[in-house]
Amino acid sequence: MSGQPYRREGATGRVLRFRFDGQEYEGLEGDTLASALLANGVRAVASSIRLGRPRGVYAAGCEEPNALVQIEEPFPEPMLQATTVELYDGLVATGLPGQGRLADRPDPARYDAVHAHCDVLVVGAGPAGIAAAGVAARAGARVILADERPEPGGSLLGTAETLDGRPGREWAAGEVAALAALPEARVLGRTTVLGHYDDNYVIAVERRTNHLGAAAPAEMARERVWRIRAKRVVLATGGHERFVAFAGNDLPGVMLAGAARTYANRHRVLPGRRAVVFTTNDSAYAAALDLADAGVEIAAIADVRQAPGEAWAARCAERGIEVLTGHVVTAARGEGEVSSVETAPRSKTQGAGGETREIPADLLLVSGGWSPVVHLFSQSGGTLRYDEGLGAFTPGEARQAVEAAGFARGVTTLRGCLEDGAEAGRRALSAAGLAVPSEIAVPAVGEEPPAAPAEHLWLVESGDYGTHFVDLQRDVTVGEVLRAVGAGLSSVEHVKRYTTAGTAHDQGKTSGLLTSGVVAHALGVEVAELGTTTFRAPYTPVSFAALAGRDRGPLHDPVRVTAMHEWHVARGALFENVGQWKRPWYYPRPGEDPGEDMEAAVLRECRAAREDVAAMDASTLGKIDVVGPDAAVFLDRLYTNMMSTLRAGSIRYGVMCRADGMVFDDGTVIRLADDRFLVTTTTGNAAAVLDWMEEWLQTEWPDLRVHCTSVTEQWATVALVGPRSREVLARLAPGLAVDNDSFPFMTWRDTEVAGIEARVCRISFSGELAYEINVSSWSGLALWEAVMASGEVTPYGTETMHVLRAEKGFPIVGQDTDGTVTPQDLGMEWIVSKKKADFVGKRSFARADTSRPDRKHLVGLLPEDPGVLLPEGAHLVATSSLPEPPVPTLGFVTSSYRSAALGRTFALALVSGGRERAGERLYAPVGADLVPVTVTSHVLYDPEGARRDG
Amino acid sequence: MLLIPCPWCGPRDEAEFHYGGQAHVAYPEDPAALSDEEWARYLFFRDNPKGLFAERWSHTAGCRRWFNAVRDTATNEIHAVYRVGEPRPVIA
Repeated sequence: MSGQPYRREGATGRVLRFRFDGQEYEGLEGDTLASALLANGVRAVASSIRLGRPRGVYAAGCEEPNALVQIEEPFPEPMLQATTVELYDGLVATGLPGQGRLADRPDPARYDAVHAHCDVLVVGAGPAGIAAAGVAARAGARVILADERPEPGGSLLGTAETLDGRPGREWAAGEVAALAALPEARVLGRTTVLGHYDDNYVIAVERRTNHLGAAAPAEMARERVWRIRAKRVVLATGGHERFVAFAGNDLPGVMLAGAARTYANRHRVLPGRRAVVFTTNDSAYAAALDLADAGVEIAAIADVRQAPGEAWAARCAERGIEVLTGHVVTAARGEGEVSSVETAPRSKTQGAGGETREIPADLLLVSGGWSPVVHLFSQSGGTLRYDEGLGAFTPGEARQAVEAAGFARGVTTLRGCLEDGAEAGRRALSAAGLAVPSEIAVPAVGEEPPAAPAEHLWLVESGDYGTHFVDLQRDVTVGEVLRAVGAGLSSVEHVKRYTTAGTAHDQGKTSGLLTSGVVAHALGVEVAELGTTTFRAPYTPVSFAALAGRDRGPLHDPVRVTAMHEWHVARGALFENVGQWKRPWYYPRPGEDPGEDMEAAVLRECRAAREDVAAMDASTLGKIDVVGPDAAVFLDRLYTNMMSTLRAGSIRYGVMCRADGMVFDDGTVIRLADDRFLVTTTTGNAAAVLDWMEEWLQTEWPDLRVHCTSVTEQWATVALVGPRSREVLARLAPGLAVDNDSFPFMTWRDTEVAGIEARVCRISFSGELAYEINVSSWSGLALWEAVMASGEVTPYGTETMHVLRAEKGFPIVGQDTDGTVTPQDLGMEWIVSKKKADFVGKRSFARADTSRPDRKHLVGLLPEDPGVLLPEGAHLVATSSLPEPPVPTLGFVTSSYRSAALGRTFALALVSGGRERAGERLYAPVGADLVPVTVTSHVLYDPEGARRDG
Repeated sequence: MLLIPCPWCGPRDEAEFHYGGQAHVAYPEDPAALSDEEWARYLFFRDNPKGLFAERWSHTAGCRRWFNAVRDTATNEIHAVYRVGEPRPVIA
């Protein structure tokens, strides 16, 4: 054990090797990184974020404000508390100067999520939590008991108490093992409850393999997020000890008294050799005596009270420990760590007389009292109230089916916590409607001396508050809090934001109440009046990786592919995400090295569609079956144009607006029968359009007899485009009369295409002669392969589709519109019916705002240099040099392409009063340049529509 | 995360629902007869009370039915759910 000079005799366990700040050390199985560092005499673990002051281990749990470390191996992880990192063989860590570094490589670990429901969720497996869970689970309730530590026991792990004659740790392990064996109980160790939301929805993170280091099995999720819906929650979350603000209270060697007790008892580590204890309450006496028993010399106990608990004073006297009543610690001193402690009568700090003493010591144990952990109770909507006896906030009124038990609601004795937990368990049973046992045995515990009242001291008065730290992690001192108050801030929320006290990743667990105390002191008011800052989730930091779980990479969002997808992949298509769909973007010509780039591919595909014949997989278009006797009336109310006059066998283009008159979606409407329409929507808007239809039908027009069904997935669609498309179709569908008179534009025919039952529509989104061939999805690939079989049809992707439609001035909803654009703005007055009495959006077209002459209109733009491609989103200004900001913008580019048909670049844009600007020169600021462009009609290709019929 | 009692499916997680804003804001009988201000009030103005609020929900990832709920916006407690077209229940 010579390698661990501060390890107590008789400590057992496997020896683990680790490296910290480049030094090799040994620790024992069961250590945290903090206890192992203390065992090796490492006092300064990290340095502070703003002042760079050395900082040591201050606490023994998740409230640690100081000992921030970065794990380097096996996988980099920043900003962990040495007090919550379980030691493992091969751990490599470094102390942090307040901030960590993200890993420079992807995390190879898996993360997962579990959903669970229970009658009772008990948070915290200390005495109260074990008692509550035991009572509820033994009576048959579905119980989840979650605890953040590697083993159950809570406060019992750090004390030397016995229950039913067994050491606390052993008792807890036995109780929890028995609980875990019950069929309806689940025990989650190493599981921190992070957030408590509405209707008892609780989020917890279970750390499954972090403590195994490199030995972690790769197939096991490293962390698992538990999403628990509980009928009732019992918060047995215990308490956190506070410190007191005095000079040098951040020096390594200053430690919370309860933490030192935990290190001595649980980890068999001495946090120092010679200690001074500074306390406001009885709890530090138990720590002092346990440490004395462990071999630490207790030089003196400075108790701010005149009257400490008599039993404790007597026990100190027995051991010859000096108790300085009515005393405070005025300063911790030393170079880089504590070497002496200055004490004085409290009266002296308040201006009266008295002797100061400088006591040599390497350890200063502080207890400023204990605060119940009310974070989750507060998050759940419960109120807090100030408990004068504790000098801390305790749960008040609950807003949900939640209660606190044990110290979390201010019960201070072990027996009291066990009984309180059992009562909470009984209440949970009756709330769940289960039989409540009449007699509940509570384990026998040792006599606890009657407690003397604590005295609440927040700061030791001084002329210099420069090193009286309030928030150790944020380096906030009493001096800064006083400056904030001096600046006129009187709310702790404001002081928090002004000083940053309580905003570090420990969320002010040790500093929150202390800050309130110092502000109250400065303002001369009671802490009770001042309150606390708001408690927010997460209770402890959580990694994004854990929250993301499996929802990353291909599982981040569902991926939708069409029936023809494998053909596109095999052909080497590049894909574009359109909503959840993967659509072929363009098809570089195969077998070339270097491969064809996008510009060349798209120009080639466009030429094929305009001059020859080309095909696109259009299966992703949204398709909704609208059926019922009132279907025509219904569509008349939703579309701006008339749909009821459409004859079966025909097709009409339509636009839908929101009630505010702005374009919401567009597409074609196919009338299949008097009472049946097939509506197509834009690819990304299919679900929204179906929701829109359902909303109107269910909430406004329940009298209409109409059913809407999504059939997007049921159909596969091939758009066959180009002057030779008729000839190709005729060959594929010998039974179909394809001449223009037999099969005119905007009609549909049921036939067989390549032997497959098909519905062929004469629709064009390019201005060319074109057909959309629809077949059952099951036959989509076969149809596509049949169209492609002769090799004469060029496959094209979404980029070419975009260029072709833009050349014709066809807008894409969501690209050329943004929810502020009317059909009139798009130059589509013709689609807005004058005959219909009403339709959704009609009244808005009579608003003054929708007829302003300076509304943005959809126009075409031709850069004066035909080779310049404007970036989409570029703004447009009227002047050839930019005035001083703010620069008035006339509009912006919505679509911009190179056109094979026009032999130049072009763009579509929304421009203020754009239609009146035809021929005007505007400028697009692009980088440092102002690119001159000419405004034109938005229809740039074949404006007379001569190509439509082939 | 609310637990919302869908009148058709029972209590379900909030993630299954779409919010629809204030309930009982009917589409005007004759929009053409409204002044610009009245139409603007229908389009753009909604209540935002602290306390009980009748609002619309749609169980989009479940039965896809719209219904109304009376929720306390200060506590998130849902006091009642009822079907579209039914009057707002009186909450004591």
